Amino acid sequence: MSGSGEISGGAPRPALEPALKIVIVGHVDHGKSTLIGRLLHDTGSLPPGKVEELEAVSARRGMAIEWSFVLDAFQAERDQAVTIDTTQIWFRTARRDYVIIDVPGHREFLQNMVSGAASADAAIMVVDAAEGVRETSRRHAYLLHLLGIRQVATVINKMDLVDFDERRFAEVARDITQYLEEIGITPTATIPVSARAGDNVAKRSERMAWYQGPRVIDALDGFHRLTVAADQPLRFPVQDVYNFDARRILAGRVESGVLRVGDRLLFSPSNKVARVRSIEAWNVDPLPIEAHAGESIGVTLDEQLFIERGEIASHEDHPPQLTTVFRATLFWLARAPLEVGKTYKLKLATREGTVTVQSIERIIDTDTLAGRPGDRVERNAVAEVVLRSRGVLALDEHRSIARCGRCVLVDGYDTVAGGVVSMEGYPDQRQTLQIKATNVSSVEHGVAVGSRAERNGHRGGVLWFTGLSGAGKSTLAMEVEQRLFKKGYHVYVLDGDNVRRGLNVNLGFSPDDRAENIRRVGEMAALFADAGFICVTAFISPYQADRDRARRSAGGAFHEIHIEADLETCERRDPKGLYKRARAGEIEEFTGISAPYEPPASPELAVDTANHSIEDCVARIMNYIEGTFSLASAAKRGAARAEEAESAPANGR
Amino acid sequence: MERLAELEAKSIYILREAYNRIEPLTMLWSLGKDSNVMVWLARKAFFGRVPFPVLHVDTGNKFAEMYAFRERYAKVWGLDLLVVDCPPIEEIDDSLPPAARAAARKTAGLKTAIERHRWSGIIAGIRRDEQATRAKERVFSPRDPAGHWNFRDQPPEFWDQYKTDFQPGAHLRIHPLLHWSELDIWRYIEREGIPVVPLYFARDGKRYRSLGDRDITSPIDSNAASLEEIIAELEATNTSERAGRAMDHEREDVFERLRADGYM
Repeated sequence: MSGSGEISGGAPRPALEPALKIVIVGHVDHGKSTLIGRLLHDTGSLPPGKVEELEAVSARRGMAIEWSFVLDAFQAERDQAVTIDTTQIWFRTARRDYVIIDVPGHREFLQNMVSGAASADAAIMVVDAAEGVRETSRRHAYLLHLLGIRQVATVINKMDLVDFDERRFAEVARDITQYLEEIGITPTATIPVSARAGDNVAKRSERMAWYQGPRVIDALDGFHRLTVAADQPLRFPVQDVYNFDARRILAGRVESGVLRVGDRLLFSPSNKVARVRSIEAWNVDPLPIEAHAGESIGVTLDEQLFIERGEIASHEDHPPQLTTVFRATLFWLARAPLEVGKTYKLKLATREGTVTVQSIERIIDTDTLAGRPGDRVERNAVAEVVLRSRGVLALDEHRSIARCGRCVLVDGYDTVAGGVVSMEGYPDQRQTLQIKATNVSSVEHGVAVGSRAERNGHRGGVLWFTGLSGAGKSTLAMEVEQRLFKKGYHVYVLDGDNVRRGLNVNLGFSPDDRAENIRRVGEMAALFADAGFICVTAFISPYQADRDRARRSAGGAFHEIHIEADLETCERRDPKGLYKRARAGEIEEFTGISAPYEPPASPELAVDTANHSIEDCVARIMNYIEGTFSLASAAKRGAARAEEAESAPANGR
Repeated sequence: MERLAELEAKSIYILREAYNRIEPLTMLWSLGKDSNVMVWLARKAFFGRVPFPVLHVDTGNKFAEMYAFRERYAKVWGLDLLVVDCPPIEEIDDSLPPAARAAARKTAGLKTAIERHRWSGIIAGIRRDEQATRAKERVFSPRDPAGHWNFRDQPPEFWDQYKTDFQPGAHLRIHPLLHWSELDIWRYIEREGIPVVPLYFARDGKRYRSLGDRDITSPIDSNAASLEEIIAELEATNTSERAGRAMDHEREDVFERLRADGYM
């Protein structure tokens, strides 16, 4: 076999477990790199001559042996004795192989910390026994939590500096454990260690006979590998489409669940469906008939669908959510702050899109875990924000399917944030975006839209009032209805009272039900408009996506009217006592209090009821309606235009 | 997942990201074991064909066995092979120690080729376990328009979201084998039956563990004459793979200097 260059596969070997990836985190100078150097040395993982080399390099800088130099490879790192960038090193215990990820503890290099930690299965948090828990200890712990790492062991290092004192150990251990538990992490072990001297790393410490718990290598061996649960729903984001030969192959990686030949796949957000004809592979015989989470594969379909990178394939019964708005808990890395109204490139699974920051819900102090309001997020801060997307996105919540529920933001050429997705307070828009009845063809009406308008003297349309509860939508709608009716208009108001009692009696107040409520109102209002009516709707309708949908249903006849009043005013008016109950916690997901209201970006008309009288507001709306819908005023406008055209100089024709 | 399957799936994912996001693209083929694995993975990723040119930066100082291997497998694997020459040693920074100076010829040759072909992406088969500054690399690693690596300010890499946006004139190095170890490479070669240059197998008590230029690479003492024996040897050793590469041992920071300047 040797010498020829030709090799055939040898006898099959037993399956190897992937190396377990461990990230070592903690405050700068608490001894992360030293602990790793020591681990490597004590488990016999350093190459021969390495100790001598370290001694020489250390002596050159006037130090006794500096274990961290094993990892701190950059000249600057050694000269300043500080880790700048994350690194990885391979190492082995009797139990298994490890990749140890060292990350910088210095605040300035937090983005390098995140790069290292993002791929870890488990973490060791190093805390200096003398200094105790510091800001970065907590920040790192919080980032582990954010990145989804839940297995953490704590090392209380430098016990030699506190004379191996059991009481001091207990104090520091209590502090860090308390913090970890507050963010939902229960440490698997808390170990008193002197990394420099090797106590409780691989050898049991004789100087801390009071401690009988696991050593560092025991804690490592006790960790489990992070695996994607096989029973999770299928997610197969399309990475690319290849037409190298007669086959049209959709390439991608199965991120969760199982994909089988013959499965019907639903592609989101395009909502196209096709069956898997084959799973393609090169140098594999026979071709696979199923693929599991983690595998990079290619599939062909039984139909030639137009599918692009960014679509997520799933089974039809457990699809991802569709939305144009979502919440993200972001870790912000850029020097320029994140601000409301700014636009960034979003990357989520293989999808790229454009998102605008709609609101900053709260900025999280990783030290105290307190949340505070703010209108800008500075570098290295964590914040919960609401992002609005230009197009419809397919995604999952991070807590259900992590790999399709996390994203990064890009500004210019730079990755500026990473974060995890939540849909709390926002409905899945799949119901409203999906067309279920496909075999319906439209019947031509015998009466033309124009004939109806001619007989009525006005065109039909939808006047969509949106605003907070208590802003005055119903009051204005009723008043406008009355005045229009008196003037001979065909007009009708749809509001909660007449719709929720009958048509929508089966809907509650969850985000999904509210979205469906508004969808039905939008469709019905469009029918009224088609019938020649002026249909006024009075619903909070807090989501822009729902209102946009209603606008599409009504075609060009939709007019969005923002009934504006600030929350304070509305809460003071509180005509139905709802705000009081919401504040008391009796009503959940109340718009403005515990659920978002998205003001319209460009309404056809906005009236401000906080600063203007009802009479003024009604007059403005009446003006708008008469100017827009009345055929008499349209005729006047037309006549005026014609006059202008006639009086214009001849153009030489 | 089994270890080799997981490594392979991740590399394929990286290669497909590079091919989808970056254009024009090339892959460095040094003829060593790692870059053969890399070419193999590209064939897996793209169903049998490598859809971009494969580049050999030739110092003219390689072993005869390596040139023979190149001619043969470029044909067998259907590669679109480009060979570029390197400038003579006299044109290279003379403040570098001798072996590093020889190695820097490769950087210079690559730079000229990048200028000519305007590649936005260079796929290179480096691994984190080879060398300490490589351990600090990113999967998608930007090089500025002068070809320099700014290791003091590397981009964040969240999960599998890589840096794919960069300023005009700059390029990205893509490292699909970064997460593999030397042992992983040999186990995968064994599993897949990937051809390698015969110099890796012991003859008369010596074999090459790493292949570079003839004059700056030394063989190690070994009797490992088959894949099984190489794997067994590596499972038992702690000695660094690049122990036989003279350039790594001349001065403490020499590799960092080479890489900052654009070496692989």
